[in-house]
Amino acid sequence: MTKTKKIDPSKRAERISWMLVTPLSCVLGFFLLLPILTIVTVSFWDFNEWSFFPDFILDNYVYHLTSAVTWATYLKTLKFMVLTWIFCAGVGFTVAYFLAFHVRSLPVQVALFLVCTIPFWTSNIIRMISWIPFLGRNGIANSSLISLGVIDEPLEWLLYSDFAVVLAFVHLYALFMVVPIFNTMMRIDKSLIEAARDAGASGLQVLTNVIIPLAKPGIMIGSIFVVTLVMGDFITVRHMSGGQSASVGRIISNEIALLQYPAAAASSVVLLCTVLLMIGVMMRFVDIRKEL
Amino acid sequence: MEPRSRSFYVLSAFFALFVIFLYGPVITIGILSFQGPKGGLTFPMNGVSLHWFYDLFEQQAVGDIWGSFRRSFALGLMVMSVTVVLSVMGGMAFRRKFRGSSMLFYLIIASLIVPSILVSLGVGLIFNILDLEVHWATSGFGSQLTWTLPFGLLIMFAVFNRFDKSYEEAARDLGATPWQTVRHVVLPIIAPMLIGVALFGFTLSYDEFARTLLTAGSYNTLPLEIFGMTTNVTSPVLYALGTLTTVFSFFIIGTFLTIVVFMRKRQAKSGTDAGSGLV
Repeated sequence: MTKTKKIDPSKRAERISWMLVTPLSCVLGFFLLLPILTIVTVSFWDFNEWSFFPDFILDNYVYHLTSAVTWATYLKTLKFMVLTWIFCAGVGFTVAYFLAFHVRSLPVQVALFLVCTIPFWTSNIIRMISWIPFLGRNGIANSSLISLGVIDEPLEWLLYSDFAVVLAFVHLYALFMVVPIFNTMMRIDKSLIEAARDAGASGLQVLTNVIIPLAKPGIMIGSIFVVTLVMGDFITVRHMSGGQSASVGRIISNEIALLQYPAAAASSVVLLCTVLLMIGVMMRFVDIRKEL
Repeated sequence: MEPRSRSFYVLSAFFALFVIFLYGPVITIGILSFQGPKGGLTFPMNGVSLHWFYDLFEQQAVGDIWGSFRRSFALGLMVMSVTVVLSVMGGMAFRRKFRGSSMLFYLIIASLIVPSILVSLGVGLIFNILDLEVHWATSGFGSQLTWTLPFGLLIMFAVFNRFDKSYEEAARDLGATPWQTVRHVVLPIIAPMLIGVALFGFTLSYDEFARTLLTAGSYNTLPLEIFGMTTNVTSPVLYALGTLTTVFSFFIIGTFLTIVVFMRKRQAKSGTDAGSGLV
């Protein structure tokens, strides 16, 4: 008893904190940190048709970085990312703005917010599949356009195209913009807006000079989600382009399918560095800990 | 109240379109899953039947749907329980700064932004090198936790940022031990939010695809099974399965949200029920 009393209370508190985070650290250590270290290690290994083995070669990187396909694929992935980001940000901001400033009762706000978030808890793959009857050659979009007389022939680029990929991305990830932007907007002091109005600002000026600057952290957090999800994606691109479009994630998944693990590891390291670089830049504009 | 401006109506219309955009496709396959036996993947409906749902219940028609559903359900419950427990523990630890706390915080954020396929590949490689067999309940379980834990923890951080410390001080003044304070004061107050964390834990695991791809082993989880079907099944049986899993997801979400509402109501009625266990 006397022994425990001697322990400085702040040290005791620290020890309790450590005990509390030990299981968490173990999980993240073994299933996140160690896998990444393994990928980095294996990226220097050699492989043949049936196995891979320890070595220290740079061939995997040289091959990946000097291939024209890689660069074209990065360009394509960036195109998907930028387009998805623009649409998600536009849609997400508008929806969040409507919910936060135009819906006046809290229960209605919460209900409509839930309507926007429920799809997030359902299967992405099902949500992708569900575009087939809409966009297909004989789908709803084509048949209604034909019956309206807008087009004579069904549009071929609706499904299995870059258009379909971006559409699916926006469909899947717009929520990741709505939620954080709505969250920051709800914390904007309404009296600031009144003050701006009293000072003679028009609706548009209130939006650009008060709301957008104050909602920036939410926009940033949403952007971080959208950027990382699109950059690492391989199923949406494969599924919605009908296998015709490439993405960085697909390069990796193809190499995995061919059991070229060291090559896949090298491509993964390059992808990870690219994503971390982008996030690093975006994190400069927002302090996530403050936004919780 | 000032009258509604014109922009309100424009924005309302935009919001309505967004909701149609979100739910329209799923509703479409919901309708098409009742397609007649000779119907195809698109409209028009060729009669109305339950044919494709019957097909699902015949084991041979499609892969091991029910086995994969059972596995996904069990895995979802496992991931959910661990996510809730570790998120609460982590949330409590992070109320104070401790040595290494900011590093751990960045690790949690990293868990969210590292592309899923890397987790899948890395965990697969570790098991391969150590000559262990990947299995949904070991490697798959751990990989999914790297996706659910950050969500759970971020929710708990937000909860504890808004937590009124005076409740704990009151408990301490009344002579509660630290454990009693947690058990009878803190946990009952944050209980509704824990249901939220559980909802994230279960649904994100139940629908997870990329992180399980290389870590599930020879027994597929449901999303893997469905993805396999998308490449070789071209009949509305795919829609029937999609409809069933979506209905199941809605059912789970509805259950969790009802529990939250119920708990909130109970808390509001009795002020807070914190401390009732102490008397």
